[in-house]
Amino acid sequence: MSDPRAQILGSLRRALGREAPAADIAAGLERRLAEHPANLVPRRTDLPGAALIDLFVRMAEAVSTTVDRVPDAAAVPASVAEYLARHNLPTEIVMAPDPALDAIPWDSRPLLAITRGRAQGDDAASLTGAFAGIAETGTLMLLSGPGHPTTLNFLPDTHVVVLRASQVVGPYEEAWRRLRARADGGMPRTVNLVTGPSRTGDIELKIQLGAHGPRRLHIVLIDDAPRP
Amino acid sequence: MQATSRAFKENAGAALNDPRLQRALGNLRTGFQERRRAAVAGLPEFERLRDEGRAIKDHTLANLDWYLERWEANVRAAGGHVHWCRTAAEARDAILGICRAVGARSMTKGKSMIAEEIALNGFLAEHGIEPVETDLGEYIIQLRDEPPSHIIAPAIHLTRDDVEATFREHHDELPAGRPLAEPRQLTDEARAMLRRKFLAADVGLTGANFLVAETGSSIIVTNEGNGDLTQTLPKVHIVLASLEKVVPTLEDAATILRLLARSATGQEFSSYTTISTGPRRPEDLDGPEQYHVVLLDNGRSAMLGTEFQDMLRCIRCSACLNHCPVYSAVGGHAYGWVYPGPMGAVLTPGLIGVEEAGHLPNASTFCGRCESVCPMKIPLPKMMRHWRERQVERGLAPAVARWGIGLWAFLAARPALYGLAARLGAGLLGRLGRRRGRFGSLPLAGGWTDVRDLPAPEGGTFRDRWAARRRQGGR
Repeated sequence: MSDPRAQILGSLRRALGREAPAADIAAGLERRLAEHPANLVPRRTDLPGAALIDLFVRMAEAVSTTVDRVPDAAAVPASVAEYLARHNLPTEIVMAPDPALDAIPWDSRPLLAITRGRAQGDDAASLTGAFAGIAETGTLMLLSGPGHPTTLNFLPDTHVVVLRASQVVGPYEEAWRRLRARADGGMPRTVNLVTGPSRTGDIELKIQLGAHGPRRLHIVLIDDAPRP
Repeated sequence: MQATSRAFKENAGAALNDPRLQRALGNLRTGFQERRRAAVAGLPEFERLRDEGRAIKDHTLANLDWYLERWEANVRAAGGHVHWCRTAAEARDAILGICRAVGARSMTKGKSMIAEEIALNGFLAEHGIEPVETDLGEYIIQLRDEPPSHIIAPAIHLTRDDVEATFREHHDELPAGRPLAEPRQLTDEARAMLRRKFLAADVGLTGANFLVAETGSSIIVTNEGNGDLTQTLPKVHIVLASLEKVVPTLEDAATILRLLARSATGQEFSSYTTISTGPRRPEDLDGPEQYHVVLLDNGRSAMLGTEFQDMLRCIRCSACLNHCPVYSAVGGHAYGWVYPGPMGAVLTPGLIGVEEAGHLPNASTFCGRCESVCPMKIPLPKMMRHWRERQVERGLAPAVARWGIGLWAFLAARPALYGLAARLGAGLLGRLGRRRGRFGSLPLAGGWTDVRDLPAPEGGTFRDRWAARRRQGGR
């Protein structure tokens, strides 16, 4: 008896009425993977820079993400501290060990008790960067890596994300383009596309936020590079 | 899971007479149909995206062997493992083998219909591994020892009261007098109970909405975040996927993702779409040390190249269930196996045999709403008809139906005889029913008259009246 892999591939080929694809067909399939052409991209995101950022904010808010727009990185610590205070949350926050976040002047808010690392089961709030914001659906694109442990996105009740306006793209296809263009190349272990806080409709289809992941998702958006 | 599809008629009868179930099913219209309509209206390109989604899947299916091999090579390049499994038994053994290799005692699970298909939970429990469902709906029905009744809302057959009673019974370590009347309180209680399980699990198992050939990735789409905790916290992540889930590129996945959430829950995009590629990298601070994909055939390759191939485009969105008058009336359990509604009526005979599931393709009004809302434009009614044809070919249709159709076919091919028979039949029934104008019961017609009267014919046959009208110069 041949192995299951050979049997499955064999039955697929019998069903398709051929052996492995002919050389010219296979070359076409190779090309499709190498060039990964875009399919129809909705026109929703065909917008000039500032309007695209506005679309991102509008779509994010439509799924119960909150957004605070700040003029520069220096304004981030106060924004985070005020957000935590507004929701009566403790000032302890576990932050991704991300060099880009270290550049923010956290010392300006000494009451924020920041630890760096991955999240544990009882951390109340986390703070991370993001790889991109996708305006089409108000989605955050978060890549796992040493500077962004995935647990920070899911375990704490509150997830705060620092995003720069220059990181906002229109459709998913533009986000894939940036993903492939990263310096270190290759796929990270996980790409998390996050659109609003955790939710469920499993009891009578009534939507509840905070099923297993964060109850609150908050974006501090730095208006760093208004595009024309 | 043991199929009870043979008992569809009895199951359906019981469901129609179950007032609690009927109340729960009443949520379908506002919960799914109206939300989908609004989401589709919000994307002008939706119809064209359906055509593109169908073309992507057709292209992939036509080259499925090539794309699977390429996907597998990329999984391995990223440090993952692929286990090819022909049958449910092979898939269960592969999963058990992975669990045993790491000495696993508990497994958290994201929602996976294929795990239902291979009856994984009972098998794991028999072998000393505790399976923990983490999707809220799946968790509720696991406590109740019930199968899911819907492919994305597994506990839709239950009301809030049912869930409260279930939690009070099973969470007996919590104070008896705690408030638990609101969905919010129920959700919070499940969150707290499951948080411990997430942190303690040795293995996490998820399904897959897509496998991406280009990158060797698997993609899951969830709203609760349970799938992400399931695959991030334990040492081992197992993806259980059937082989038709593969798409060529991330661009192709994006196109179908635009269709999926809108068709399913009416969301623009689900809360969490997660693309996973291999195990944790050496410098990562979290994530699983092993990444396995258990790739299941279980009858799907036998559908390729047949009149049922189009069913392999299905992305399990549930739009066909949510818009089906039969599903809305009887719910998912009546279908008697894993996949209910129109997609189940086509898929189930393909996976467990038309002998077992022959009732399902007959449980349709052929109204066509399923096909009209299917994001992948799967011709569901046509395929149900193909199954009916196979039933007749194999002599599986009930004798009365076969004789009846045979007699009708004989007459229909002989117009003069047909006209005579129709005239005799209509005349006889008309005379018998003249007094009441309707029949409360008729021999061989119990399927009709058990639930409603049959009006008695009045006057001549249609053909006679048509001919008379033509003679009078009418139209």
